[in-house]
Amino acid sequence: MSTRTARSILPGFGLSLGFTITYLSLIVLLPLSAAFIKTSGMTWAEFVDAVASPRVLASYRVSFGISFLAATVNAFFGLIVAWVLVRYKFPGKRIVDALVDLPFALPTAVAGIALTAIYARNGFLGFLEPVWAGGVAQLGAWFPWGNWAEWLGLKIAFDRPGIFIALTFIGLPFVVRTLQPVLEELEPELEEASSTLGATRWQTIRKVIFPELLPALITGFAMAFARALGEYGSVVFIAGNMPMHSEITPLLIITKLEQYDYRGATAIASVLLVASFVLLLIINLLQKWSRRHHKI
Amino acid sequence: MASVVSHLQKSGSSRAHASSVTQDAPWVRWTLTTVALLFLGSFILLPLGAVFAEALRKGWGVFFAAFTDPDAVAAIKLTLITTAIAVPSNVLFGVAAAWCITKFQFRGKSVLLTLIDLPFAVSPVIAGLIFVLVFGLQGWMGHYQNAENPWFPWLQQWLVDKDFKIIFATPGIILATIFVTFPFVARELIPLMQAQGTDEEYAAVTLGANGWQTFWRVTLPNIKWGLFYGVILCNARAMGEFGAVSVVSGHIRGETNTMPLHVEILYNEYQFSAAFAVASLLALLAIVTLVLKSLVEWAHTRSNG
Repeated sequence: MSTRTARSILPGFGLSLGFTITYLSLIVLLPLSAAFIKTSGMTWAEFVDAVASPRVLASYRVSFGISFLAATVNAFFGLIVAWVLVRYKFPGKRIVDALVDLPFALPTAVAGIALTAIYARNGFLGFLEPVWAGGVAQLGAWFPWGNWAEWLGLKIAFDRPGIFIALTFIGLPFVVRTLQPVLEELEPELEEASSTLGATRWQTIRKVIFPELLPALITGFAMAFARALGEYGSVVFIAGNMPMHSEITPLLIITKLEQYDYRGATAIASVLLVASFVLLLIINLLQKWSRRHHKI
Repeated sequence: MASVVSHLQKSGSSRAHASSVTQDAPWVRWTLTTVALLFLGSFILLPLGAVFAEALRKGWGVFFAAFTDPDAVAAIKLTLITTAIAVPSNVLFGVAAAWCITKFQFRGKSVLLTLIDLPFAVSPVIAGLIFVLVFGLQGWMGHYQNAENPWFPWLQQWLVDKDFKIIFATPGIILATIFVTFPFVARELIPLMQAQGTDEEYAAVTLGANGWQTFWRVTLPNIKWGLFYGVILCNARAMGEFGAVSVVSGHIRGETNTMPLHVEILYNEYQFSAAFAVASLLALLAIVTLVLKSLVEWAHTRSNG
């Protein structure tokens, strides 16, 4: 696009690049490196002790497990929402489309207390709690080999289902917003060809449309998962925060900080950071794959 | 990760699907639309409605009383100050980053792009933690203040004399806010300016404009909607940030509490109506953000279509 001669025509390269790199280093790189420098000052035994104690391991299971579940549910419903918003016409569509972004715009603490107010026992959907508890008890009766009450929780707010609801809320826009542009680019000719060649509508969706959407769907899933993993504000109000049961990893970092255990907090943070960076890398690769797939 | 926030690049033209083979059967359409609307209604509309319902549960008197409380006023002020510094800083950075990335070729560009995205991948709690590690009493700055033979003794003296604090004070809150809102403007401008290319700037420079004239009269008018879009998203996140600010603030009432932290304190003290009253102000901000965002997208599609 731009050649060697072009480079010299426009001014401001040194100034803008210099400012960009200085600002980036001071605000992002230097503070982030502090986390790894602090961690590298620990011995291996100290590190393992901090990041693999039973309570921390339990928090990984809660955070990774429920984030994965929430991202999966978002992938399923996000696909339907994106499909409906792109393909169908209905009154109020513009408003519905704008509302999808609410979880981006609503402060997480506000989302947290609002969800808690709805799902607490005296809340608007509080009647669901006995229903849920009954269902879990029934599951235990049918499949007695599982510890269902411990895995699924007997309450909705202040228990694991509450964490799931909060993480689904904050991850919701990612899948919809990654799928929408891909769906809009999808050429109707493709479907017409498939239909002309004798495929049923269901075969067309399964074998023609779905493979086209898959890279974007996985990207959206990974983004929702990454976001849920680090989420704090909306979860703490509704989680109940019981150690070993409904304590998420970011909350454990704050708990360690409040006990002045800076090394413990930083060690756990570095584990979470590495997980996030790996996810960011996967997302970048997926987006490259998706772009090549669509030759944009 | 921010790319999903951006819609300005998406093609505005929606095709008319006239042929019947590309259309789903009516029952499929009805079922999917109902499922989508129920899902969005229960997960998005319900929480939004709950905020306002809870805020007004004890009447308008209690609602307005929540805002006359001096601690609430202090929290609103601190939120406004923080945003007034964080957003312009990130605008300046976003414009500079977009200028050098889209108008010039250099090595390491893709690395730079990834690094700009980094704060989106970092948990807000960790964003707060890293500033505690750098500026906290147990961190680098604390070590420096207590060092026996420091570099720049006058600086150490000055820090000790002024009792200069970053963590558990306003500067820390501003830094954490800048960190979490870091990529918004840059990620909005870069794809936009990439799509626009450099021809108009070359023309301006060839006709004798200097750098600033080129920027103000050629580049800025072209990117004004994208810039505005980035600013409103950045602003919404800056005003509502909770996790990162919570770590560095120290929760001193009337001093280092922002609005979301004030909501948390009221909530934990069982002053639910007051908590939801302040929360409703933040929810209103979210709604205004969504409305402005839709308007910008609408204006953009119209001007392009």
